[in-house]
Amino acid sequence: MTRNSRLKDHHAEQRMFGRRVVAASFVIMVLLGALFARLFYLQVVKYDYFSELSQGNRIRIEPIPPPRGLLLDRAGEPLALNRPAYQLELTREQTPDVDDTLARLVALGLLPAEDVVRTRRAIMARRAFDAVPVRLQLAEEELARFAVHRPDFPGVEIRPRLTRLYPHAGVGVHALGYVAAISEQDQERIDVSKYAGTTLIGKLGIERNYEELLHGETGYQQLLVNAQGRRVDRVGVTAPDLQRKEPIAGNDLYLTIDHRLQQVAETALGTQRAAVVAIDPRNGDVLAFVSTPTFDPNGFARGLTVPEYRALADNLDKPLIDRALRGVYPPGSTIKPFVALAALQYGVMAAEDTHYCRGVWQFPNSSRKFRDWKKQGHGTVDMHKAIAQSCDTYFYGVSDKIGIDRLHDFLVRFGFNGKTGIDVLGERSGLVPSQAWKKKAFKKKELQVWFPGETVIAGIGQGYMLTTPLQLAHATATLAMRGKGFQPRLVRAVRDSRTGAVATLPPHPLPDVKVDDPRHWDTIINGMIGVVNPGGTAVRVQAGAPYKVAGKTGTAQVFSIGQNEKYNESQVSERLRDHALFIAFAPVDDPKIAIAVLVENGRHGGSTAGPIARAVFDAYLLPREAAQAAVPTTPPAAPPAGGMDE
Amino acid sequence: MRTEIAGPGHSSRAQRTFTLTGRLLDALHIDGPLLLSVLAVCAVGLIVLYSAAGEDVRIFLGQAARVGLGLGVLTIVAQIPPRVMRIGAPFLYGLGLLLLIAVALVGDVAMGAQRWLDLGFIRFQPSEIMKIAVPLCCAWYLHQRPLPPDFTTLVIVALIVLVPTLLIAEQPDLGTALLVTAGGGLVILLAGLQLRYILGLGAVIAAAIPVVWKFLLHDYQRQRVLTFLNPQNDPLGAGYHTIQSQIAIGSGGIFGKGFMNGSQAQLEFLPERSTDFIFAVIGEEWGLVGCIVLMALYLLVIGRGLYIATQAQDSFTRLTAGSLTLLFSVYAFVNSGMVAGLLPVVGVPLPLVSYGGTSLVTLMAGFGILMAVHSRRKLVST
Repeated sequence: MTRNSRLKDHHAEQRMFGRRVVAASFVIMVLLGALFARLFYLQVVKYDYFSELSQGNRIRIEPIPPPRGLLLDRAGEPLALNRPAYQLELTREQTPDVDDTLARLVALGLLPAEDVVRTRRAIMARRAFDAVPVRLQLAEEELARFAVHRPDFPGVEIRPRLTRLYPHAGVGVHALGYVAAISEQDQERIDVSKYAGTTLIGKLGIERNYEELLHGETGYQQLLVNAQGRRVDRVGVTAPDLQRKEPIAGNDLYLTIDHRLQQVAETALGTQRAAVVAIDPRNGDVLAFVSTPTFDPNGFARGLTVPEYRALADNLDKPLIDRALRGVYPPGSTIKPFVALAALQYGVMAAEDTHYCRGVWQFPNSSRKFRDWKKQGHGTVDMHKAIAQSCDTYFYGVSDKIGIDRLHDFLVRFGFNGKTGIDVLGERSGLVPSQAWKKKAFKKKELQVWFPGETVIAGIGQGYMLTTPLQLAHATATLAMRGKGFQPRLVRAVRDSRTGAVATLPPHPLPDVKVDDPRHWDTIINGMIGVVNPGGTAVRVQAGAPYKVAGKTGTAQVFSIGQNEKYNESQVSERLRDHALFIAFAPVDDPKIAIAVLVENGRHGGSTAGPIARAVFDAYLLPREAAQAAVPTTPPAAPPAGGMDE
Repeated sequence: MRTEIAGPGHSSRAQRTFTLTGRLLDALHIDGPLLLSVLAVCAVGLIVLYSAAGEDVRIFLGQAARVGLGLGVLTIVAQIPPRVMRIGAPFLYGLGLLLLIAVALVGDVAMGAQRWLDLGFIRFQPSEIMKIAVPLCCAWYLHQRPLPPDFTTLVIVALIVLVPTLLIAEQPDLGTALLVTAGGGLVILLAGLQLRYILGLGAVIAAAIPVVWKFLLHDYQRQRVLTFLNPQNDPLGAGYHTIQSQIAIGSGGIFGKGFMNGSQAQLEFLPERSTDFIFAVIGEEWGLVGCIVLMALYLLVIGRGLYIATQAQDSFTRLTAGSLTLLFSVYAFVNSGMVAGLLPVVGVPLPLVSYGGTSLVTLMAGFGILMAVHSRRKLVST
């Protein structure tokens, strides 16, 4: 039978078709068997394995950063708040290519090109699953721009976060400090896991020093996430095991700072390079802590661009330097009341002993002349007049009689040599020289010798002697309290965020400065009263004031800040002028405030620094109504829940 | 007692209803058992889809409407006498071919492939027509020849299959090309292709694989095959689908995580969960049991289809019914095999279950043909 001539055999075809269908059924059963075997393998044999994989897929733990504690002034006026802002954050784990992503963010104009390296370092320093801020505060328009391109940026998200707001901008910035993005270096001093989700950290001042109290405790929440790591909310998913732990807000701090006073002092200083520290002598509370020029700390919380930062750092007036805490200056004549007290204590000079001032002072048999600031001399002076008129020759003789080592030992008790121990980091030590100090300080043998002339100029606060405005204010406060000193502090109470209770921190009393005869104090203080009264060097400070002031002027030769700096030629002369100093306290009979004022290149303590002290005194001591006319204050936003002592 | 009284009345009423329905179905040329099993699969599909689509009622209702549309198409097709189908087969094939050429020239590009033809009021894939037109045309051609087919016949049938296949593969749409080839191939196999040809063809295919690999496959297609061989190579890229679907199925266990509780599917780890990968949702939420139920329902459809084919009375209807039924099983197996990691990822939906109207309507039309074949067989043999 040839194939071509075949006829259709329907029955044969049907039979064959039947056989084929049977074969096909067989094949289908085999394939189904294979499929079943595969499903059995996946769902029964490997069930545990895949079950665990699917669990890991769906839940992610996301940290909830705690709201940072607030900073309030002593009356409750908020000085540092939290404000919601939109942050652009990058999670390394979810970003396929960090470098490419950053480059594309730059191209979109969402990241300054010069910040790429720094941002990348910060990202790499954090754990792969931590969200690291790329930009701290996005503007509306930037939000919109990113939203459009969001699908192109896996791992990059906009998150609402609390950022820091300093409502008064630069006022008090050197006391408050500021917060900024956690840097690579910060990583080393913090427990990274406690800062998961937190993007800002205290860098300076109170923000830095009280970081642990302010930060709070990070909470977390378990999130259902989809494959892109984005959060999903599904009603249909039974997820009873999703946990959430609320963060615990940081504690609020009540500062010792009186915001109104701070503002008055800063306004009075204007554009000068200066520092003012006002202390309540009764407990060491720092009422005003000023260093000018100031700068706006909000910029740091927002993230400064490189040029913005350079502009601040390169500013000739050095706004970033805390002059009150870290500026060391010769105390000049402001040291004289303390030297006089030493003279009384050591018995080298009685209050009524007189000295004839002819404008110069010489060692016996020496041709070297130590000049008085008043060329023609003060004539006959006793201790009262010597302080009131700031007679240099009187103190040359006095310090020569005391001797440098005894002078050193006495001044140390007022905290002049070393630090006050105030509750912010970075305080610089003052220096009161001694023979032992000089031996240590100099390597060369011939330089280690102490010269009597060095003792003499130490008596008027020149030479090696250095102090910070803070130390000067602290010493003045101690003097005002007749030897009873307290460690200066910037925080007076802590409000526990959990209980709401306000715990007032007890003042830190320091060992009393004791003198043999309490009347010595009267002698010195009377001399200081003379300073601000007719015949004294700062008459304007007392004139017309209803309270009684005791003070001392000072003038210091330019020495410390910027000594090594390259000055703009035209400004050299201005910046080589003497620094003006003034210390004072009031009211004399019941001291409530002690102050140290320093104005760089301000020339005269009495005329430049004195009026600033007066403005602060007025603001603090006069009835509110009188002072309020000048500086309006806001009523406390968050009154303390517990009792606070005034 | 009660049963004795109620029994007869009930049973007679039920019987009457049953008979009535039977008569209606008969009048509409509809095969009850096939319709029931098809509807059962569709019902399972809709339930799973509701969960897979994240409880999106719009998607659910849309798909339900498509099922309705499919049933309409089924009913209409079932009214066409097989004789008319046979005469129309080459014309349908020709029309499909023209449309495929039109797509190649002016078709819409969607998702990197040129598959769609926009007719203004409707967008559709002409390749879908070919899933039915190719088996029909093959059956039409073989109907006139003595079977098993001789070599010349085979060459012509091979051409009928390969021309549209290549056009579709060029779009590129590997899944549909595969199904069209399978449709034609199944007709030839059922027509009694001799074993030596089967073996010879196997050898030719084996030899052709390297050529196809090198010259015909697109990059993404090659990638799919490579990834199938080792999904872990590219867990977040090409291997992602396979890995996630296996996690979904495996974590379902024997009884599944429960309706709408599949974390893989609900949390969007599983890609294309309402379309090509919906089988993984079944595996995850209903477990091995759910998979077996679905497979059993498929078997019912296939079994009834094959029964209809064996009862058919001429070559054309036999081959058409047989090949369409087997094509349906290829559909089901290729998709579930791909989702379970037995086969590489190809764009083949799970028949009657996956979201989408095109393949559903085509399948329903196929079942309509089966019903037309079955209801019109003569009671006496020729």
